[in-house]
Amino acid sequence: MSTLSIQNIAKRFKEIDAVKNITLEIHSGEFFSVLGPSGCGKTTLLRLVAGFEKPSSGRILIDGSDVTDIPPQSRGIGMVFQNYALFPHMTVFENVAFGLEAKKVPKQQIRAAVERILNAVDLHHKMETPVPNLSGGEQQRVAVARALVIEPAVLLFDEPLSNLDVALREKTREEIRQLQRKTGITTMYVTHDQSEAMSLSDRIAVMRSGRFEQVGSPSEIYEAPDSSFVAQFLGGANILNGTLAPSGRLVIGDLHLTMPPRAEGSNLGEVTVAVKPEAITLLPVQQSDHGEAQIEEKQYLGFTTHFVIRANDVTLRVAALSSDFTKRLTIGDSVGFRVEWSGCSMFARE
Amino acid sequence: MVRMFDVCAGVVSENLSQLSKIVGKHMREFRLLNGLLGSFVFVIVAGYVCYPLYVTLTTSLHVNGSFSLTHYIDLLSPRNSAAWEAVWNSVLVSILTVSFSGVVGMVFAIVLTQIEFPGRELLSRFAILPIALPPLVGVISFLLVFGESGILPKVIQRMLMTTTVPFALDGIPAIVVVHVYSFYVYFYLFISTGLRRLDSSLIEAASGFGSTPWRTYRRIILPELRPALFGASILTFMASMASFSAPLLFAGEKRFMTLQIYTTKLNGYLDIAAAQSVLLTVISVGFFLLLKVSGESGIQRRMTRGSSRLGKLALGTLARAVLLTAFFLMVAIELLPILTIVAISFVREGSWTWQIVPTVFTIENYKKLLSDPHSFAPIGNSLLMSCIALVASVVVGVAAAYLIVKGGLQRTKSMFDALVTFPFAIPGTIIAISLILAFNSPNLLSGYTVLVGTFWILPLAYFIRLYPLVVRSTGAALGQLDDSLLEAGQSCGAGLWRRFRRIVFPLIAPGIVSGALLVTISALGEFVSSILLYTYSSRPISVEILSELRSYDFGGAAAYSVILLMFIMGIIYLSRLLLQRLHMGVTRQYF
Repeated sequence: MSTLSIQNIAKRFKEIDAVKNITLEIHSGEFFSVLGPSGCGKTTLLRLVAGFEKPSSGRILIDGSDVTDIPPQSRGIGMVFQNYALFPHMTVFENVAFGLEAKKVPKQQIRAAVERILNAVDLHHKMETPVPNLSGGEQQRVAVARALVIEPAVLLFDEPLSNLDVALREKTREEIRQLQRKTGITTMYVTHDQSEAMSLSDRIAVMRSGRFEQVGSPSEIYEAPDSSFVAQFLGGANILNGTLAPSGRLVIGDLHLTMPPRAEGSNLGEVTVAVKPEAITLLPVQQSDHGEAQIEEKQYLGFTTHFVIRANDVTLRVAALSSDFTKRLTIGDSVGFRVEWSGCSMFARE
Repeated sequence: MVRMFDVCAGVVSENLSQLSKIVGKHMREFRLLNGLLGSFVFVIVAGYVCYPLYVTLTTSLHVNGSFSLTHYIDLLSPRNSAAWEAVWNSVLVSILTVSFSGVVGMVFAIVLTQIEFPGRELLSRFAILPIALPPLVGVISFLLVFGESGILPKVIQRMLMTTTVPFALDGIPAIVVVHVYSFYVYFYLFISTGLRRLDSSLIEAASGFGSTPWRTYRRIILPELRPALFGASILTFMASMASFSAPLLFAGEKRFMTLQIYTTKLNGYLDIAAAQSVLLTVISVGFFLLLKVSGESGIQRRMTRGSSRLGKLALGTLARAVLLTAFFLMVAIELLPILTIVAISFVREGSWTWQIVPTVFTIENYKKLLSDPHSFAPIGNSLLMSCIALVASVVVGVAAAYLIVKGGLQRTKSMFDALVTFPFAIPGTIIAISLILAFNSPNLLSGYTVLVGTFWILPLAYFIRLYPLVVRSTGAALGQLDDSLLEAGQSCGAGLWRRFRRIVFPLIAPGIVSGALLVTISALGEFVSSILLYTYSSRPISVEILSELRSYDFGGAAAYSVILLMFIMGIIYLSRLLLQRLHMGVTRQYF
C-alpha cells in the first residue's frame, strides 16, 4: 500500500507546455483516473510518473520518498500500455516472468507467482502460448498480469481498453476493477472515455490543456461540474451561452427560459449554462414550459431515445426514456419541453 | 601523408562533437554511445568508401599532377568509337535485361502466387535460387550448356547431323540471357509481394462497377504493381550496368563499360580507368535517378482500411495453360545449367574436349581440390576473407543501422542513411579501382602500408560492397522494434543490459542474421572486384574458377563451382536453423 504524491509538476516540450504545474495526492489503494481529450497532457503526466519523461520542474514522491531522479526500472511502478507492449518473441509465461527475473527472484517462486497471477486473469491454460497467438482481450490480460506480478507500489494504466471492442471493453473494465480492489494497489488510470473513468474510479481528475479542471469523485464531478468544459466532457451537456436577466429569465438567443427562483443572484449577466441531455423532458406542445420546438433528429437506442430539437434557433440534445410518447414522435414534429434545473449548472461566461 | 592525417583527425573530432550535439539533445541515456558509434561509422564510411571514390575522381581530373579534363575529352570525343560503343552496349544490354527480366519475373510471380498446382512450394524455393548463385558460376554453367562448345548445341548438332552447331549463345543475346537468369529474381520477389498485397475488395469493387477483366488489369492491378515494377527495374538496371562476369566471358569482340575499365587497368592506365569509372557511375546513377523520378510520380498511397483478403486474378484456362508452360520451360532452363555443372565436376580432366556428353566420371577433381594445398588455397582464402568481411560488415552495419533508426538523428538522418548505403549502388569494378588508387601508397587509413597487392585489400573490398546489406536488414528489424517494448521492459524493472539482451537482441537478431547471410554468400563467390585486386597467394575461388576455365580444365572449374555452391547451401541451411532457434525465443528454463 503506497501513496503517490505529485508536486508542482510541469513538463515543457520544445514549444508546448504539456503539463502545467500539477499537484496531486493519490491515496494508498486508491483508483485514480485522469480523464481528458486527446492532447490534454494526460499521457505525458502518466509518463512523468513512470519516469519515461523527466519533468521540467516539480517532484514526484512515492510513499514519501522522492523518485524524480530515479530511473523507471527502480521506481517500483507497473505499467499497462495502450498497445500492451507485450514482448512478441516470448510466451505468456515468459512475458509475465520477465519482471520477476529482473528482480532476481528465485525460479521456484517465479513459477508460483506467475501461475497465481495467470490464474487470477484466467489465462493459466495459455501459459505456453506465444503472445502473438492470443486474442486482443487475452493480450490485454497478459499486460495486466505482467504489471501486477511485480507487486508495484503504483500501477499505471495508459488507455488500456481503447484497442478492445465494446463488449470486451466492459468486461475487462470490471476485471480490472476487481483485481485492483483485491490487490489494493494504488492505481493511476489515464483515459479519454468518461464512462470508463466513472465506472472504475474512486476519484477522477478532468484534465484540459495541461491543467486539472476538476478533481473529485465521479458523482461530484458529474453532478456538480466546476466548469462548462467538465459538464460537456462528462455529461455530454448542452452548452448554452446566454444572459441572466434580473427577472429570473434566462435569455439564450431568441429563446427565453424561465428560471426557478434560486439563490444564485451573483450569476446575473453573461452566463454559460450546461444542460444535461437527460435534464430535458419532452412534452406535448400544450403542456410545454418553454414554447414550441421542432424535432430535427431521432435516434432510438432501446431503453432511451435521443433527440435533437430546435427551439427558436437553439439546438438541444435530449436523452429521454423510451415511452409510448417518444415512439410517436417523428422528425419534423412540434414538441414541447421542460428543463429540470437540477440537471443544469451555470457558470459565469468564460 | 601528414595532410591526410590532419584531414582524418579533423573529420573525427568535428564529427564527434557534431554527432553528440545532434544526438545528445534527444537521448540522454545514450549520448556518449551514440557519439562514439557515429564517429566510428562515419570514419569507416568516409575513409574507406568516400575517400577512395574521391581519389578516383581527382585522379581522373589530373594529368601529370595538374588539373585537366583531357581524360574526359579523349573519352567522350566522337572519334573515340570504342568508348561510345561500350556505353551503347552497356545501356542496350541493361535495357534488354530489364525488359526480359520483367517478363520472366512476372510469369514466375503470377504462376507461383495465383495458380494452384502440386509442387508449388518447392518450386517457389527454386525460384529464388539465382540469388544464392555467384554470378560467375551462373555465367560458366550457361557457357557449358548453351555456349559454342556447350552440351545442348552439340547434342542438337548430332541429332540434325549438321557440320556446324545450329545455335550457340554468344555476344549480346548471351549476356542478356545470363542477366535475365541472374536478375529476374528482383522482379519475381517485388511483383509477388505486390500481388500478395493485392486486396480482393479492389478487384471486387471494380467488377461491381461493371469493369471487364482486361480493364481491371489495366486500371486497377497494373497501377497497384507499379511501385514494385519500378523498384525491380531500378535494381535490375543498376545490376546489369555493373555486371562484369557475363561480358567477360560472352562479349567476344564487343565492348562494355565494366570490361573497358578492367582492360584499361590491366594495361596500366589507372588514370584513364578512373575517368571511365566516373563515367560509368554518372551514367548508371543518371538512369537510376531517371527511373526513380518517373517511377515515383503518380504513386498513390494505399487507402484500404480494415482487414483485407488476398485478391486473386481472374485467369482464363488458356492464359493459365500458357503461363504454366512458359513457367516450366523457364524452370527447366534454370535448372539445366546447375545440373550440368554438377555433372561436369565429375569429369576427368582432359577427357571432355571432343565428346559431346561426358562418359567417364570420377571424383578426382574433388580429391585434388581438397588434398593438393595449391588447389585448396583459393578455398581457404575465400573462406577466410568472407569471414573477415562478415565480421566487419556486421559490426559496422549494425552500428550504422542503430544510428539511422534509433539514433535520434533529425535532419541529417536521410543524408546519413544515403551516405551509409550508397556503396551498394556502386559497381564492384569501380570499388576495386578506387581502392587501388587510394591505397597504392601508404597512409593512415591503410595502416601506413601499401594495401594494394596484399591479402587485406580483398576483404576490404568485400566489406565495402556488402555491409549495406546488413544496414538494410538490421535497419528494417530495428524499425519494427516498438519503443514501448523497451519502456515496458523498464517498467518491469529491467536495466539497460537486460533490456538489450532479452528484448532488443532477440528481436533484431533475425535481421542481422539474414543480412549476414547475404554478405557471406556474396563474399564467398565475389569475383568482380577480386579479379582486379587479387595476387596469386590471395586468389579467391572465383578467380581460380576463371583460370581453370582458361586452361580448359572444365572439370576443375565445375568442381570449384560445386564446392562453392555447397558452402553457400550449407550456410543458408545453418542460418535457417539459427533463425528458427532465434524465433523460438529463449530456451524454456522453467519446464
